Amino acid sequence: MSVHEQFAEDLALYALGSLDGAERQTLETHLAGCASCRRELELLCGDLSLLSLTTAGPKPPARARQRLMSAIANEPRLPVAVPASERRQRSWWPALGWVAVTSLALVCVGLLRQNSTLQQDVASLRRQFTDQGSKLEQANEVVATMLDPEAQKIELVAAGNKPQPRGKAIYQRRNRNLIFFASNLPPLPAEKIYELWLFPANGGAPIAAGLFKPDARGSATVVNPPLPEGVAAKNFVVTVEPESGSHESPRGTAVIVGLGE
Amino acid sequence: MPSAAPNATTSDLGLVTAIRSGDQGAMAALYDRYSSIVYSVSLRVLQDTGAAEDVLQDIFMQLWRNPGAFDASRGNMAAWLAVIARHRAIDALRRRRPENDIEDVIVSVEPDLASEADRSRTMDKVRGALQTMPSLQRSALEMAYFEGLTHSEIAEKTGEPLGTIKTRIRTGLTSLRRVLAA
Repeated sequence: MSVHEQFAEDLALYALGSLDGAERQTLETHLAGCASCRRELELLCGDLSLLSLTTAGPKPPARARQRLMSAIANEPRLPVAVPASERRQRSWWPALGWVAVTSLALVCVGLLRQNSTLQQDVASLRRQFTDQGSKLEQANEVVATMLDPEAQKIELVAAGNKPQPRGKAIYQRRNRNLIFFASNLPPLPAEKIYELWLFPANGGAPIAAGLFKPDARGSATVVNPPLPEGVAAKNFVVTVEPESGSHESPRGTAVIVGLGE
Repeated sequence: MPSAAPNATTSDLGLVTAIRSGDQGAMAALYDRYSSIVYSVSLRVLQDTGAAEDVLQDIFMQLWRNPGAFDASRGNMAAWLAVIARHRAIDALRRRRPENDIEDVIVSVEPDLASEADRSRTMDKVRGALQTMPSLQRSALEMAYFEGLTHSEIAEKTGEPLGTIKTRIRTGLTSLRRVLAA
């Protein structure tokens, strides 16, 4: 099979995202039933991706790496996604391929393609809406916690003689919101991790409030770890704990402790 | 037995597998390997270091949240990231919502781009191909690829007929493939 010459120029533009209007619709209808043009489109996209290599040279600044590593350290993992190859193929070309071989009518192909595209658009919009709604909700909670006059603001300082390590916990009991910032923490030994603990005001057992590893500058942030409802805090403490194993109670050395309100 | 810590020799797929397990070291290794590609493409499109850093952060955070979006069947990691960087940067340039889900990007690339040396060799070839193109042909291709302009917009900008722009772009891509295949 070979590429249909009458579509060759439009395929190049389509690969660039530069084709619009009726020409785009005509080409998409053709692609739905033409495997050789679909393959050519994939190859064109590959060729174009190599154009990107001509931009090589500028390196991102070091702060960009720190920003990323700090963000992933503070972001709880979502459930691991199944690789695309293990899922049902999302691309609509193969899904429409069988329609073409029935050769019933191009009209049917067009309608099915349009339907599929609309469904994808709806799904995409729903994902974006949910994602942005979730981010907005989280941002509102963070701002509300920081501005709430009832929120406990506890300064933490070094437990030892060296004053460099510092931390600040902002805790809102009512909504179980906790924001913790630490700085100048010493590097962790191998297979160790820092753990933040909430010591309840009622003298109850300490509550684990987040595992974290600082960035290269010793800075770290913990935002809204899972906490039980309505617990007033007497204090917060950061300890060094084994990376694996139980984290039900503090066993390691305290690195910074709270001064209380 | 625990697996070895990711390093410069770990394959892309090995890093992605480790990232799926929440391995931040693997994420750092992948960033060190490909951040310059993502950043340089974004910078070329956006011409703004801050905006390019935002695209860089956005793409690697998406990969952290959904590493399953990439697997070998989707093509080469370097090319895949380059295409996503270009999409995202053009979206940012035009201040529009992302038009392509990273899971839907499939790139078929013949050259092996796994190592720095492979990428450097291919880069020299592509740059050579661009240098030998007539300047108007190269300009049309670059306006479409790096500025995200439609062929109508390029025609309007250059004052050339639509058909001429189409032909230049197609001929440019044909020349590029011929050089890469050599």
